Amino acid sequence: MNSVFVYCEIEDGQIAEVSQELLTKGRSLATELDCNLEAIAIGYQLTEIEKVVFPYGVDVLYVADDKRLAPYTTLPHTSIVVKLFEEQKPQIALMGASSIGRDLGPRVSSALHSGLTADCTSLVIGDHEDKKQGKVYENLLYQIRPAFGGNIIATIINPDCRPQMATVREGVMKKEILDPKYKGKVVNLEVSKYVSDTDFVVEIIERHMEKSKVNIKGAGIIVAGGYGMGSKENFSLLYELAEVLGGEVGASRAAVDAGYTDHERQIGQTGITVRPKLYIACGISGQIQHRAGMEESAQIIAINTDPEAPINMVADYVINGDVSEIIPKMIKFYKKNSK
Amino acid sequence: MKGYKIIVLAKQVPDTRNVGKDAMKADGTVNRAALAAIFNPEDLNALEQALRIKDSFPGSTITILTMGPGRAAEIIREGMFRGADDGILLTDRAFAGSDTLATSYAIGQTLKKIKNFDIIIAGRQAIDGDTAQVGPQVAEKLGLPQVTYVEEIKSIENGKVIAKRRLESGVEVVSCPMPLVITVNGSAPDCRARNARLLMKYKHAKTVSELQTSNEDYLHLYNERAYLNIPEWSVNDIESVPGELGLTGSPTKVKTIENVVLQSKGAKVISSSDIDIEDLMKDLIESHTIG
Repeated sequence: MNSVFVYCEIEDGQIAEVSQELLTKGRSLATELDCNLEAIAIGYQLTEIEKVVFPYGVDVLYVADDKRLAPYTTLPHTSIVVKLFEEQKPQIALMGASSIGRDLGPRVSSALHSGLTADCTSLVIGDHEDKKQGKVYENLLYQIRPAFGGNIIATIINPDCRPQMATVREGVMKKEILDPKYKGKVVNLEVSKYVSDTDFVVEIIERHMEKSKVNIKGAGIIVAGGYGMGSKENFSLLYELAEVLGGEVGASRAAVDAGYTDHERQIGQTGITVRPKLYIACGISGQIQHRAGMEESAQIIAINTDPEAPINMVADYVINGDVSEIIPKMIKFYKKNSK
Repeated sequence: MKGYKIIVLAKQVPDTRNVGKDAMKADGTVNRAALAAIFNPEDLNALEQALRIKDSFPGSTITILTMGPGRAAEIIREGMFRGADDGILLTDRAFAGSDTLATSYAIGQTLKKIKNFDIIIAGRQAIDGDTAQVGPQVAEKLGLPQVTYVEEIKSIENGKVIAKRRLESGVEVVSCPMPLVITVNGSAPDCRARNARLLMKYKHAKTVSELQTSNEDYLHLYNERAYLNIPEWSVNDIESVPGELGLTGSPTKVKTIENVVLQSKGAKVISSSDIDIEDLMKDLIESHTIG
């Protein structure tokens, strides 16, 4: 049975968070399909990286270790993944919907003529009947994602081409160790057989990477604002409330597009997925792309002037009214009662 | 100074950012008529980068290439109002139902016919799908290097483009030889406004299909002023294998589409009065949710 494959992104010599989440998802898909889970790590000085990878239940880890392979550039990573997939013929391939996975994934899918679905929010195994051709496909990967401004949820399949490829954002899947003692096999690839000199025409001249100062994913309380905040000035109210409550500020895509705050605070399908113990949604209508990134929060408070806003449907508390009036009251009454 | 031949890949998209309540029909299908068709926002950022190259290297030319229905000629005109030299509308029923792979095949084959370009620039992604796939897939189809997530093209020297990429966790400056494919982020500068002179010059620019339905009194103008004719290419104008196009050429299929129906969790609805807000904050403190 052909394997499920995960491309492991390397960040500072470590396996990226999103890749560990995908290894977890990949393991459960492989178990359901009764096949191997395999992974590839491409970079430099990746010694002992298998110690992180195997506990997720990885059966085979392919390692391409070469000075020229780090940091990531498109062409050599594409060449390695494409050739390895041609040899191993995985049935499913998963990548992070990160700036690496979204650069690499389409290139690989084009080279292999296999379908790729971006930013999936759910991956499920299921069958498909093509009534026109009278054909039944068993155990396909259902790649599920919101589409068209979030008004619909589409289930995408790749009936005939392999691998079935999908990218998933960080935080959408949960990471979980399968067995700390799980034993897999390491296969070291002979890099020169997979890349050619022309793969190295793109040169990185400068690189400034910094860990984001904003830790929304790890925050227990998130105060998020949407387009309904009305202005950048009003949006700053959220920072006050977040500071008083000891939380972080998040935003909907509409608020980011309107310039109220930076992209790194965006929550939702094309941003970060969060599961805090309290989520306060201020002036957010709550289209499905946004809800996909926050609806698993333990408690949700929605503050909105629109009593029919979709966000109210997932909320535990709905406050109908003007955010610029309500937030100062929340600050005031929190301070009064918390002492 | 040598100019460069630049192709901007652009798409006309429904304005999914401003979806109103009438966006969905009662039967759960999308009401396209309720959505305005716009120039995909990041493609405008891409056009601006192209225009800046043209500013620095006079003699450069910018061609807008778009695939879509007849009305997509609107964005070619819009691009010409802002400084593009011309455009090509790739339109044919044979392209209907294309996923990103079939789209990039059709665009790749078109670019092979256009030939001799130095730089292909597109927006990172289109707002109707948010996939960010067509740019890299076109690059792969043409065997060209790609530089994605570009925020600024800093310079062009010795046949190489130096570009700054904006990534999730920082910035990267890379050098890449031409020809290449660049995709531009929304964090790049906005596109300049329409130019009044260009608006006057190109406002009557039309495709053949548009001409067929327009006022015949002015048809002679289109013979005298070649720049008013927007080329319209069909599947017959490019070399292609039929099995690679449209729905047949698309490995991904839409199995189901579901309208989003929400079941309310049954929220407690409270007012913005002092009493209600104070009670809420007390509840949250008592349940150790906050504090």
